[in-house]
Amino acid sequence: MKNYLFELKEGLIISFRAIRANKIRSVLTTLGIIIGVWAVVVMSTAVKGIDQAFQTGVASLGSDNLYIDKWAWFNNDIPWWELRNRENIQMEDFEKFKDLAKLPLAVAPTLMTRQTISQEGNKVEFTLITGTNADYVKTTNLNFEDGRFFSQLESDGARAVCVLGYTVANQLFPMGYPIGQYVKIKGKKVKVVGVLEEQGSWVMGDFNPDNQVYLPIGIIHKYFQNETWGSVTINVRAPNSLMVEDVKEEAIGVMRRVRGLTYDQKNDFSVNQQEGLLTNINETIGVIQIAGYFITGLSLFVGAIGIMNIMFVSVKERTKEIGIRKAIGAKKRAILGQFISESAVICLIGGMLGLLLAIVTSLIINQYLPTTIQEDAVILAVVISLITGILSGFAPAYTAAKMDPVEALRYE
Amino acid sequence: MNIITIEHIAKIYQVGTEEVRALSDVSLKIDANEYVAIMGPSGSGKSTLMNILGCLDTPTKGKYDFTGVNVSEMNDNELAQIRNEKIGFVFQTFNLLPRSTALHNVELPLIYAGIPTVERRERAEAALENVGLSDRMTHKPNELSGGQRQRVAVARALVTKPSIILADEPTGNLDTKTGEDIMYLFNEIYEQGNTIILVTHEEYIAEHANRIIRVRDGLVESDLQVDNRKIPEKRVEQTEEG
Repeated sequence: MKNYLFELKEGLIISFRAIRANKIRSVLTTLGIIIGVWAVVVMSTAVKGIDQAFQTGVASLGSDNLYIDKWAWFNNDIPWWELRNRENIQMEDFEKFKDLAKLPLAVAPTLMTRQTISQEGNKVEFTLITGTNADYVKTTNLNFEDGRFFSQLESDGARAVCVLGYTVANQLFPMGYPIGQYVKIKGKKVKVVGVLEEQGSWVMGDFNPDNQVYLPIGIIHKYFQNETWGSVTINVRAPNSLMVEDVKEEAIGVMRRVRGLTYDQKNDFSVNQQEGLLTNINETIGVIQIAGYFITGLSLFVGAIGIMNIMFVSVKERTKEIGIRKAIGAKKRAILGQFISESAVICLIGGMLGLLLAIVTSLIINQYLPTTIQEDAVILAVVISLITGILSGFAPAYTAAKMDPVEALRYE
Repeated sequence: MNIITIEHIAKIYQVGTEEVRALSDVSLKIDANEYVAIMGPSGSGKSTLMNILGCLDTPTKGKYDFTGVNVSEMNDNELAQIRNEKIGFVFQTFNLLPRSTALHNVELPLIYAGIPTVERRERAEAALENVGLSDRMTHKPNELSGGQRQRVAVARALVTKPSIILADEPTGNLDTKTGEDIMYLFNEIYEQGNTIILVTHEEYIAEHANRIIRVRDGLVESDLQVDNRKIPEKRVEQTEEG
């Protein structure tokens, strides 16, 4: 046991000496491992970041929410023309639904339109505008940076008030304080009563609350009726996630009654859920992950071949040294250990440099993805570089270990 | 007591379809505290004999008994251990590790023997002091003269307190004066009670031994005691050149 330790220490000392003696070669060899480890660490961090971004993005929809819509988000079995031919969901449908549905915590209608919104010289074109009522906040997890959502009175009376998403507010009021100010939507003056807190995730795109404006649904009907998507979506929030299925059952029954469907008629509406979105996203991320690991694994493999190559050269060059060591009593395992530890040290140094590079890269990625390198990435880097070193060093070390001392000593 | 007993040893190499008999049939006995020179022209088989005596190689036929152990059928690792513990090598080309200091070179066999760090250092320092290099311990081989390098090699050979010192043309790469210094060192070692086997083709060097074995064509040609062995004199001036 003691011998192993001494030999290991001797192996490490020799490795550092050999690496120092061949600086340029070592740097070039290590480059392969640096890039390999960098790719693997960045890849795993990025995938984790993408995943996290999607999860939080989708979570902002709320896991307890259902969306009764003319359209199906994930449609595998209903032909698209059937969806198109469905009748629009109207405000009357919503009112009836609201009266009949007993289980939901809250329900709110939404009707979308896209308009240019401006304030003084600043404008945001083609902004997604959601028309809704005061109950909308209860169906979401939105928080306010400033101000409030519009009240029951304001929404029922179709007052000209609005709530701005964080990004929209910043674009319209780069310096000023938006609350109480007026913005213009298609020439109409609308008073800002609230600004939402930043959501941050880019995943939902335009549907991210950051990029939206909220108006009382009455305003939409009054001024933008012909520019809406036509059909109202009914947002339904279950009291808790355990009740989502019950709420869904009830919602389907109630909607069928509202639509006056007989038992042999198909649903002419869809009940959409975040869950479907998550399944889809997880599948996509799974594919990205596999492809990513395969490609980065390949670059690591190329790096490993580089190490193996250079270790063979190193063994050949040091044939005489191997002969000397064997003559004075180095056993096979000592020589084996010496070269494997040399290759492991090269790879470990490369791995650390790759990790360092990955940390720098992650700071850049961090601008787009909510992720940072964590301890597991450090462990990953150490483990893969060590394993790469040991595996790629083994064959050259083995050739060294089984050299004939007489031949090796004669080598010049 | 016999340290070395070899009986009817042969070493046969297969070169293509041809058999090359480097050693045909050699039997020898070497006692403790002998000073033996093995002589012979190149191609005589003396190198093969030396490799077998040094446990670097095993014979094809015959039996080799070294310090009471049959080493002719040992595997590589067992031979490595024998070399480590019982044989000290001194080579013509010194064979020091170029990137290591003199001290580390001398420590090396002790590392493979698993001697703890402190003891290892002490023993290596003592061995270097013994060959008169206490002021050169941290020098690397390329910072030492030829004679100094060979003395580091001698220190490395002695540091494990081996049963035999096996020297292969130890003065071959040195000028005559430096060679004499090395022979003086060998004489000291011998007089301290060590067993030395010296392989050389120079008559003048062989005359330092008290027994000369001549090898030719894979056989022992003659094996004679030397009556008046040459005792080297210490040079007054210890100037050293590469």
